[in-house]
Amino acid sequence: MIPADPALTICARGLSRSFGTHVAVKPLDLDVRRGEVVGLLGPNGAGKSTTMQMLTGNLAPGSGEIRICGIDLLESPRQAKARIGYLPETPPLYRELNVREYLDLVAKLHRMPKAQRAEAVISAMARCGLADTGRKLIGTLSKGYQQRVGIAQAIVHEPDVIILDEPTVGLDPNQILDIRRLIRELGERHSVILSTHILPEVEAVCDRVQIMHHGEIVFSNTIAGLREFQSGRTMIVGLQHPPAADALAAIPGVEHVETDGEGRFRVRFAQDSDPSAALLSAAAAHNWGLQQLTPARSSLEDVFVQLTRDDAAEDAAAA
Amino acid sequence: MIFTIAGKELRTLFASPLAWLVLTVIQVVLGYGFLRRLDDFLQIQPQLAQMASPPGLTELVAAPTYATAAAVLLFAVPLLAMRMIAEERRNQTLTLLLSAPVSMTEIILGKFAGLMAFLLIIILLVLAMPLLLVTGTRLDFGLLGGLTLALLLLAAGFAAVGLYASSLTAQPVAAALLGFGMLLAMLFMGETAGDSLRARGWHLPAAFIQVFSPLKNFEPLGRGMIDSYAIACPLLLTAGFLVLAIRRLDGRRLRG
Repeated sequence: MIPADPALTICARGLSRSFGTHVAVKPLDLDVRRGEVVGLLGPNGAGKSTTMQMLTGNLAPGSGEIRICGIDLLESPRQAKARIGYLPETPPLYRELNVREYLDLVAKLHRMPKAQRAEAVISAMARCGLADTGRKLIGTLSKGYQQRVGIAQAIVHEPDVIILDEPTVGLDPNQILDIRRLIRELGERHSVILSTHILPEVEAVCDRVQIMHHGEIVFSNTIAGLREFQSGRTMIVGLQHPPAADALAAIPGVEHVETDGEGRFRVRFAQDSDPSAALLSAAAAHNWGLQQLTPARSSLEDVFVQLTRDDAAEDAAAA
Repeated sequence: MIFTIAGKELRTLFASPLAWLVLTVIQVVLGYGFLRRLDDFLQIQPQLAQMASPPGLTELVAAPTYATAAAVLLFAVPLLAMRMIAEERRNQTLTLLLSAPVSMTEIILGKFAGLMAFLLIIILLVLAMPLLLVTGTRLDFGLLGGLTLALLLLAAGFAAVGLYASSLTAQPVAAALLGFGMLLAMLFMGETAGDSLRARGWHLPAAFIQVFSPLKNFEPLGRGMIDSYAIACPLLLTAGFLVLAIRRLDGRRLRG
């Protein structure tokens, strides 16, 4: 049932979980390969954290099977967990320890041999920009530094799989850039799954994206695929001498037009058509004074609306 | 792995003022009681010398000190144990242990070992007081050994109950009250129910109840008598509550 592929570091099949009558995660499949950064995107309450808790063995799945580097997480949790580094939503930090002691404890808990530990701790601190904070108590660090310690904690034992639950939440813009750079770097050698509800973050660091909504994966594609999905079918058109919206809607291939009343239009195309050329020539012919013709970058909300609307349409078509 | 977790627990205990406070208070209370009894002993010594087989210093000074220590542990252990799981849950640091390649059993045993190491410090401080007298008099080392073992067994039972209480809630103070309540209930119910059952000749239920009577099991060893069932009972109590705590922790993984 589960393919035997050595590059497959995370492989989940039919993973689901309910809390009482509330279904948090509907059966889903997830594959992550070595050297890949996968973004788990979704609004709050979509089931991202629950999925991550199941992948890290913190929560028993209601059904399904999880393999970490080919090892069954539920049957041999110890061997499987040794290959996972996990940063939960709230970093699990012991405030009364200093950074070095804490990371050493984490390495010990992951059964790292004593000889490698000191070096692993120093290297994790260096990678997370913590080189000067080794002797500081974690409780006295700022939120950004605590988040870094949280990430250092997830990578100190050189796991194959790194799972980060909203790693950039609560950080300032500079720190966010640092952390994203770090995640990209980690993605070269490890497999990384990160969850977020920020769309640009996924575009900045991920190779692939899985969008979750109401406990289901509603979209699974590469970043390029996501861009196409986001922008391919909507254009912002800015006109100096705007005609009535109906004039734009009359152009073949245009499905829907919204206007802000000041000469800017949101034009949605019908599937598999690109009326930009027709738009251009129409603008020239009628002297509308074209100022802007750019793909609209829809927000995450729009993507969701679109995804769920498409689902509803498909359901209706199937019925 | 158990020692790694135990070491961490011990560090955490000593990083908080609570542990130092508990050590100080216990030492002041027991030290004062010990000196008072020593004083009394010196005053009645002439009368004792006239008795045919007088009770010794160990019996009259050390034994009551140990009994006080047992009572003090009843309050102290739930306080020391309260944070062990409850606070890790509240601060969501338990995730670190649960995500690490460590079994639930190792987590609980590690925490138990850490708590026992701390309680051992208390017990050694209690033992140090009568031992100091060895320079001036002869001590009954057999009785002293029995008392120390009895206190250790009692502390293990209390620690297991306290740890289980800590696994029931995410509020440390609630865990302490819960643990204290459970120990008190055991004390009242265990002692009285055991006696009345035995009086009616129901020995098996009485023997079962005796597992939950920590102070009753303290007595024989405290008198220097080796009663194997009184030694087995606290061990059973400890094992039982540790298993409950492990199951409780695993239940959180299953139920969420």
